[in-house]
Amino acid sequence: MKIIDRFEVEYFQYLDENSELIDDSPPLAHDIEALLDLYRTMVLVRTMDTKAIALQRTGKLGTYPSTRGQEAVFVGVGKAMAATDVLVPYYRDMGTLIQRGVKLSQILLYWGGDERGNVFLNDSEDFPFSVPVGSQPLHAAGAAYAIKYRNEDRAVVSICGDGATSQGDFYEAMNVAGVMKLPVVFVICNNQWAISVPRHVQTAARTLAQKAIAAGFVGEQIDGNDIIAVTHRTVEALKLARQEHQPRLLEMVCYRHHDHTTADDASRYEPKDLRQQEWVKEPVARLRHYLEKQNAWDEAKEEALRVSCAEEVDVVVKEYLCTTPQPLSSMFDYLYATLPRAYQEQFEQLKNLEMNKHG
Amino acid sequence: MAEITLVEAITTALAYEMAADDSIIVLGEDVGKDGGVFRATDGLLAKFGGSRVLDTPLAESMIGGLAVGMAVRGLKPVAEFQFMGFIYPALDQIINHAARMRNRTRGRLHCPIVFRAPFGAGIHAPEHHSESTEAYFAHTPGLRVVIPSSPAKAYGLLLASIRDPDPVVFLEPSRLYRYARQEVNNDGKALPLDVCFTLCKGEDVTLVTWGAMVKETLAATKLLEQEGISAEIIDVATIKPLDIDTILASVEKTGRCIVIHEAPLTCGVGAEIISQVAEKVMYSLKAPPERVAGFDTIVPYARLEKYYLPSEKRIIDAVHRLMEYT
Ligand SMILES: Cc1ncc(C[n+]2csc(CCOP(=O)(O)OP(=O)(O)O)c2C)c(N)n1
Repeated sequence: MKIIDRFEVEYFQYLDENSELIDDSPPLAHDIEALLDLYRTMVLVRTMDTKAIALQRTGKLGTYPSTRGQEAVFVGVGKAMAATDVLVPYYRDMGTLIQRGVKLSQILLYWGGDERGNVFLNDSEDFPFSVPVGSQPLHAAGAAYAIKYRNEDRAVVSICGDGATSQGDFYEAMNVAGVMKLPVVFVICNNQWAISVPRHVQTAARTLAQKAIAAGFVGEQIDGNDIIAVTHRTVEALKLARQEHQPRLLEMVCYRHHDHTTADDASRYEPKDLRQQEWVKEPVARLRHYLEKQNAWDEAKEEALRVSCAEEVDVVVKEYLCTTPQPLSSMFDYLYATLPRAYQEQFEQLKNLEMNKHG
Repeated sequence: MAEITLVEAITTALAYEMAADDSIIVLGEDVGKDGGVFRATDGLLAKFGGSRVLDTPLAESMIGGLAVGMAVRGLKPVAEFQFMGFIYPALDQIINHAARMRNRTRGRLHCPIVFRAPFGAGIHAPEHHSESTEAYFAHTPGLRVVIPSSPAKAYGLLLASIRDPDPVVFLEPSRLYRYARQEVNNDGKALPLDVCFTLCKGEDVTLVTWGAMVKETLAATKLLEQEGISAEIIDVATIKPLDIDTILASVEKTGRCIVIHEAPLTCGVGAEIISQVAEKVMYSLKAPPERVAGFDTIVPYARLEKYYLPSEKRIIDAVHRLMEYT
């Protein structure tokens, strides 16, 4: 018998559960301004998330997927990206998207059932929210191919959940990215659950990161509650992607501190005390305590931030609630570049409905 | 001007357009060195290089999804699937993503992709190599489904499909790939999409068909002519979106309509055409419209497939039935 290959999966954590810094931490760990910025964004995302759940409960928003407890993953990835990089998000990505210029009111618009929530900015090159789980890492690989073909100095980030890694498309994306050496970083937000199905039912593999090994590139595991690790490792992966067209897989280990969506009830499947146990590791308090130890944060600053986030959220909720509806005809407006003649009759029927609606 | 086959017309159109537009990327299984299983991409790798002609890993959903990502970022992928029976793993990417990107983003992003696949029975192929399930795609909003029936149509319609800003499923009748040669001008002129082509004028009956069944329909018409029955043949070409106006105008003139397709009868595109004929020109009809179609069975293996495919005789019998009504 001879061994023809071995592999290892590295685990990265810089700020531990007691908000203590681990020795080989990167410069970001000492860049207080940058950390304050990360902290503020995480708090804003958490405030917005709480508000979105409340809006859903009062019938003002459709089904909504909470991001509670997973802020470090999305906020850290968003901060790590250059403006020129391309994001291929999934539905839980609010924290990334708001750093890509998407307005919070637009995110509400999407979950409120209005396609304009997917427009992002008119000139945005990021991909839209997309619901079929696991299909979008392939889009990221295709986009990365286009970048490589055009010799552009940018990379693509795709984010998905742990459940998505069971999809064939997820593996097909990694495989082709490895073969073609594409500038793409695959991020897994491993929040331990795919609706009711726990991570260990998705795969018998010890880590999700090691899925990259079979595709011929590096996968690493990162403490997804440690925003320093999330941000730093994503920055490094993006550098390699841009400069050397090395794809990389980043498994961010975190926990979903809410039902899967507002339509779900996690008490049916989640072990009773588990969420409480996991909350000890949650990312926002972890960074806050660290900043306090550095004398960069205190109760007064916290209170001021709380007030300003609440105000910001109030403004965007008002914006969302006042959005004028799309015309009915928009159903047809974006099917094709120009509406084929075959659609004309149905289009007229709809326009008549519209006239009756307003007339 | 050269006399070429349908598959050569595909290659010629691809080469013409790739030379004209460096955003076109051909991708698929074996499309590079091997030139594709039917040789539709033969020579393209040598001409345009490995960054434009991609031999991909063997994974159809990947081919579909990769193309979506490329197209959104400004490339124009022309993706080949080896047979229609193997396109199904990519349905999710084609239907849920390519067809919806423009609508999903309110026009911010779009997906100009051509998904090419050989299709249809009659080539004595193994299982899954004879499918004709164009209706799956025709049912999908946001897609175009284009089916050429001759070398010239293949050339002109493929150019149009590549130049179209929306996703096109381009289905190539494998039975016709090398069936006949035709003079095709390699002048880069596209044929229009979304319109039917009237192949011959007639007074007594309208025969509506597409793809490989054009062959049997033309042959049947020749025989009918000898009996003094004059048939008008419409080659639908783009089955989605459907140019129903051309079909209706013809049926109004002849008063008789038969749709001929090799796809299974139930929920086939013929059902859609006949239903629009019934809704819109019923009072012009002299006889109940008919469909001559494949059976609602799985396409049989080689030994029985000729019984599955609508034959000249089945077409002629249908015409005779309709001619009994005056
Ligand atoms: C292809 C597909 N199958 C099923 C669903 C229904 N569904 C929506 S979210 C979800 C779980 C996804 O879990 P995971 O990938 O871990 O991401 P998470 O939501 O936990 O962040 C499922 C099954 C879907 N959207 N797409």
